[in-house]
Amino acid sequence: MLPYIKIKNLGKSYGKNEIIRDLSLDINSGEVIVFKGPSGIGKSTLLRSLTYLEPFQKGSIEVGKYVLNANLDRRKERETIRAVRTQLGFVFQFFNLFPHLTVIENLTLAPIQVLRKSKEEALEDAQKLLKKVGLEEKANFHPEQLSGGQRQRVGIARALAMKPKAILFDEPTSSLDPEMKGEIVRAMSDLASEGMTMLIVTHEPAVVEGIASRIVSFGAGLEVLSDTAR
Amino acid sequence: MKRYLIFLLMWVFCFPVLAHSEEAWDRVQKTGELRWGGDAAGGAPYVFPDADQPDNLIGFEIDLVEALAKKLGVQAKFVSVQWDQLVPALLRDDFDAVFNGLEVTQDRLAAIDFSIPYYFFSEQITVRAENNAIRTFNDLHGKKVGTLSATLAHKILEDDGNITAVGYPSPVEAYRDLEIGRLDAVFMDVPIAAFYAAGNPKLKNLSDLAGEGIYAAGVRKDSPQLKMKINEALIQLIQSGELKEIYLKWNMWNEKQDKLADPKQWDVKRAHEKNPVMKFSKLLLLGAGMTLILSFLSMAIAVIVGSAICAGKLYGNFFVRAVCNVYVEVVRGTPLLIQLYLLYYGLPNLGIQLPAFAAAVLGLGFNYAAYEAEIYRAGLLSLPKGQEEAARSLGMTGWQAHRFVLVPQAVRTILPPSTNDFIALFKDTSLVSIITVMELTRAYTTAATTTYRFLELGLATAALYFLMSFPLSLWSRRMENQKHASVH
Repeated sequence: MLPYIKIKNLGKSYGKNEIIRDLSLDINSGEVIVFKGPSGIGKSTLLRSLTYLEPFQKGSIEVGKYVLNANLDRRKERETIRAVRTQLGFVFQFFNLFPHLTVIENLTLAPIQVLRKSKEEALEDAQKLLKKVGLEEKANFHPEQLSGGQRQRVGIARALAMKPKAILFDEPTSSLDPEMKGEIVRAMSDLASEGMTMLIVTHEPAVVEGIASRIVSFGAGLEVLSDTAR
Repeated sequence: MKRYLIFLLMWVFCFPVLAHSEEAWDRVQKTGELRWGGDAAGGAPYVFPDADQPDNLIGFEIDLVEALAKKLGVQAKFVSVQWDQLVPALLRDDFDAVFNGLEVTQDRLAAIDFSIPYYFFSEQITVRAENNAIRTFNDLHGKKVGTLSATLAHKILEDDGNITAVGYPSPVEAYRDLEIGRLDAVFMDVPIAAFYAAGNPKLKNLSDLAGEGIYAAGVRKDSPQLKMKINEALIQLIQSGELKEIYLKWNMWNEKQDKLADPKQWDVKRAHEKNPVMKFSKLLLLGAGMTLILSFLSMAIAVIVGSAICAGKLYGNFFVRAVCNVYVEVVRGTPLLIQLYLLYYGLPNLGIQLPAFAAAVLGLGFNYAAYEAEIYRAGLLSLPKGQEEAARSLGMTGWQAHRFVLVPQAVRTILPPSTNDFIALFKDTSLVSIITVMELTRAYTTAATTTYRFLELGLATAALYFLMSFPLSLWSRRMENQKHASVH
């Protein structure tokens, strides 16, 4: 089977500051891969490069049949970029929920506008997802009325609402109080057992120990120090 | 004894008056200076800057007062104020007398005294040279006619009821607007028309003159001595022929002026015209309505154009960004008044001729667009970066991200300053009175300069402005509170 995500000779720098030197990595469907390494080394930058939230200067990234090349023309390639983004869900460290919308609206906005789903279908899907993350009774709340853990569960549900082929987690528990981390780990564990492809940047031992199928450790310049399957 | 008593009583009764202001003549004698008022920007041939030497004022009234002061053995000192403020300034004792084509009217006689006449004038109708449809005053019915604000001519036009009178601050703009077709005719005192229109091949003065009036010197009612001295000097100037010489020099002499020598014509109180019962409350309300319409239309333009400029500044290419930046800086760095002047009086030079109302709405709208653009830009930039990233990583286009995620959030930040801007715009509509739009401030000046009830009408006008802007302030404050309540 061909790998789902192929990172080839990826290079990225901010000005003279080289963040990713020359990274090649294949990720198969169904893998739950944890990226480890000292903070600030560029693991988040790697995730953000995968959905082209960050441009990169060298190499290429393949996601399914789509290819993102270094220094691409954003305007010309915007359909490719959008296609990649709809395939890769993104869960942010600080949730980035839309504060002016209710929980259910956070979940239905993109399916209706981007996937052109009918409102009824999007609502039905969203309610199922809320039930799955245990928040069905919060559907009409605004994000500010939720706890941190609840917000992050909405963040996961919002990513799932796009029916992505993989989900990228950028430090999903690090802005949460310890007692709330558990609910996120549980939700991620459920996803893993359903066979979801997951790329996770985290230091959370429960995630690393409990659900990772593969652990990649990075050094400076995002050099792969170790790559172990579990 | 009896004589002393009468003297004492007179003294007691006169004292309050004397205590308030000394007789102007006493001071003129004491200082050797006759301070006289006029409007140096009011136009020729009265008092106006010499074209060759702009700091030097000339005009028939300069000559007249110089000659008169010589007869009185004092120096003449000119004080310039805006024409429609001459009477209030006289009452305020900014000067001792007014010599500036001040027509004797019943309204003015109620406020001040006048000397004997120094000029008999009529109203001149001026039309474009090719216009043969207008021959007499009655042909002006249904037409748009320009004149000077707050003059007798203005009042004659308004009293007629069937003429659209357009008031101008000075003659030049009125004759220009006639030339380029914004007006059907101009109706002004003969001396003005003789100076501005007679030499212009594109215009013609009709032979049919309308109305008749008197120019006389205005003095305060508490200065009967000064009035007497001015009258004596004027009679000397008339009888010696010096006055006629001045009028001949300024091309203003005609057979009507023979009446100057006739003592029966000297009682200015006989020279009155119908005292118009203008419905000032109606005038003010109409002005308030115009102010509201102007405000809402120009704000709509400001919002649309402001959004476009904001988008250009944030997302345009280098060229678009440069254009938008220059626009914002130039518009914010120049006075709105100048922009309005350019739009209305300047653009016709390029062949673009906007009606006054359109020029007002566009001028205000495009001016405030610059301020709105900056508010919107600040509002969008104040959003956390994660919001756009979240929208984009869900596959939204730039437009969708703005439409559904960024703009709805920015609106909360934008609304309070934007509402404040609207209140400022609302008050700035008063500036468009200079391009002849009859909004609330102009309605007020028109009413106040006719009645001299500056205080009452001013308070009423301020109250109207306040009644219209206060609900907006309340709304703005509510938005502000909501915004603070909703931030975490």
